[in-house]
Amino acid sequence: MAKLIDVSDLNIYYGDFLAVESVTMTIEPRAVTALIGPSGCGKSTFLRSLNRMHEVIPGARVEGKVVMDGQDLYDKDVDPVSVRQHIGMVFQRPNPFPTMSIYDNVAAGVRLNAKRMSKSDLDDLVESSLRGANLWTEVKDRLGKPGLGLSGGQQQRLCIARAIAIRPSVLLMDEPCSALDPISTLAIEDLIGELKSEYTIVIVTHNMQQAARVSDRTGFFNLAGVGRPGHLVEIDDTSTIFSNPSQKSTEDYISGRFG
Amino acid sequence: MTTTTGPSPSPEAVAEIEQPMRQARLPRWTPWASLAAALVVALLVTAPGGRSLGGVVAITAIAHLVLIGVLSAVREGSRRAKDRIVTALVTIAFGLAMIPLVSVVWTVVGNGLARFDTTFFTWSMRGVVGEGGGALHAIWGTIIVTLIAALISVPVGLLAAVYLVEYGAGSRLAKAITFLVDVMTGIPSIVAGLFVAALFVIVVGPGTKLGIMGSLALAVLMIPTVVRSTEEMLKLVPNDLREAAYALGVPKWRTITKVVLRTSVSGIATGITLAIARVAGETAPLLVTLGITTGTNFNPFDGRMATLPVYAYYQYTQPGVPAEAGVERAWTAALVLIILVMALNLVARLISRLFAPKVGR
Ligand SMILES: Nc1ncnc2c1ncn2[C@@H]1O[C@H](COP(=O)(O)OP(=O)(O)OP(=O)(O)O)[C@@H](O)[C@H]1O
Ligand SMILES: [Mg+2]
Repeated sequence: MAKLIDVSDLNIYYGDFLAVESVTMTIEPRAVTALIGPSGCGKSTFLRSLNRMHEVIPGARVEGKVVMDGQDLYDKDVDPVSVRQHIGMVFQRPNPFPTMSIYDNVAAGVRLNAKRMSKSDLDDLVESSLRGANLWTEVKDRLGKPGLGLSGGQQQRLCIARAIAIRPSVLLMDEPCSALDPISTLAIEDLIGELKSEYTIVIVTHNMQQAARVSDRTGFFNLAGVGRPGHLVEIDDTSTIFSNPSQKSTEDYISGRFG
Repeated sequence: MTTTTGPSPSPEAVAEIEQPMRQARLPRWTPWASLAAALVVALLVTAPGGRSLGGVVAITAIAHLVLIGVLSAVREGSRRAKDRIVTALVTIAFGLAMIPLVSVVWTVVGNGLARFDTTFFTWSMRGVVGEGGGALHAIWGTIIVTLIAALISVPVGLLAAVYLVEYGAGSRLAKAITFLVDVMTGIPSIVAGLFVAALFVIVVGPGTKLGIMGSLALAVLMIPTVVRSTEEMLKLVPNDLREAAYALGVPKWRTITKVVLRTSVSGIATGITLAIARVAGETAPLLVTLGITTGTNFNPFDGRMATLPVYAYYQYTQPGVPAEAGVERAWTAALVLIILVMALNLVARLISRLFAPKVGR
């Protein structure tokens, strides 16, 4: 299921403002790729351009190629809606649907798309997704209760369950732990470790230790200056990036000398 | 009551730096006592002969302000005194705002109860000249006309609001629509009536009066309020939710119907119910579009129709013989109308309670 993504010469704009400049990278399948870099360098922007969520913002557009499975996602006749069904996303702030129960939140991908599915199949899907997100044991007795009644960490895992319930090939996560306590963070990091056997995972994080712990490869984004576009400085195996990066700025950033 | 740790300064220095946390306070019942005292003062000052309700209330209010201010300033210091005076001012303003409301309800209930009987709800005015008679035809008319107005304006208003928030945001067309909606909110209701009347004069012929014309006039008045209130509700839906749905590969129109509208349905329904309540009592546009009848007419496309506000108007201006009977019917019609509007407001609250997203375990 997991897929490789090839990004080449990607320029990402908000209107006339070039936010991220010429990114070229390969995202390996069945691996966790972490994106790090100072605030405002365009990590979220880049991540959102991978599943065409970027263009949801009025005026936002992209130049370049994002190729998955030999198919350019930005091809004219590619439907962004189906791209998003293949590439799921988890946001920084947990955002369960407030009107839906825990069960309905997980089933949202199926229900909102009006896909036909028998009750028992849907039950199985909900259970396996919640198990996949390590949330099943905590919520199995109150599936009918509102999703907003969960703690922040549980809500975030609910959102992960919701994202994997559409059975994507790739899972994008934008600072999924930044609003969580250390224990929930650990639970989600463990989860990421388990999920990577099935999914290609890209995670944005500000937490260096987290990047080192969970990722196989790490990409470092940086800003040349205020008002200048962000760019990818380098991407390599996580161990290489953290032990002997090829760029000086990467080393400075990782050792906390700037940022 | 110091909580400072570390090297402690001398007690005198502490007293100098720190404000004392405990202060003398007036007892809880002081404002009430002051109010009572103010009332006594007002009664003493005004001569028993020339006493008027307004005068007593005004003097009581002023005396209360002075009294509570002075009391508080002496005992509690100037900051508390200001707080007391402002609290009293706000309460007095609230009381002033309540006067017309209470007085209207009081008068209407007082005058309307006389004919609030079964005859009123089971009879029309067919063949009735003097005593007796009812408003069954007008009640039906109001229900039918308002319902059709709602059926016309809810879809139009809802879809317009969805366009403005979800599709048009920032575009020129959206700005133009917003401007026009704002203008429409301000048009006098008689203009809406005359507009529809004039339209039907051109299309059907002079002197046409139909139930549907009244509905259209009310719809013209209702659409802008529906658009505005729905727009506000849609704007309240956090963008996170739209993005969450998009990220699941849900198309935009499904996101709007199943997530955005579903999340805001309680506010939208409340807004619509209030808009209905608002137009249900309109008189002027109905006067020029559907006139009045004495009998029940269920067909909005055929002939005149009676409605409660217009009924009240005619019962008051052309009461027949004896005049008291008509005037009493007018009051009762007003009472029924107020009850109807209140019921709609209660329904609105119920709806917002019912559909509101539930948080909790
Ligand atoms: N909706 C938007 N409209 C216009 N410009 C935006 C928008 N969102 C982000 N930007 C700009 O794009 C650039 C990159 O922002 P982005 O959010 O991708 O940074 P980031 O690396 O994710 O930062 P952080 O670590 O703080 O989340 C910034 O200069 C930002 O101001
Ligand atoms: Mg970000």
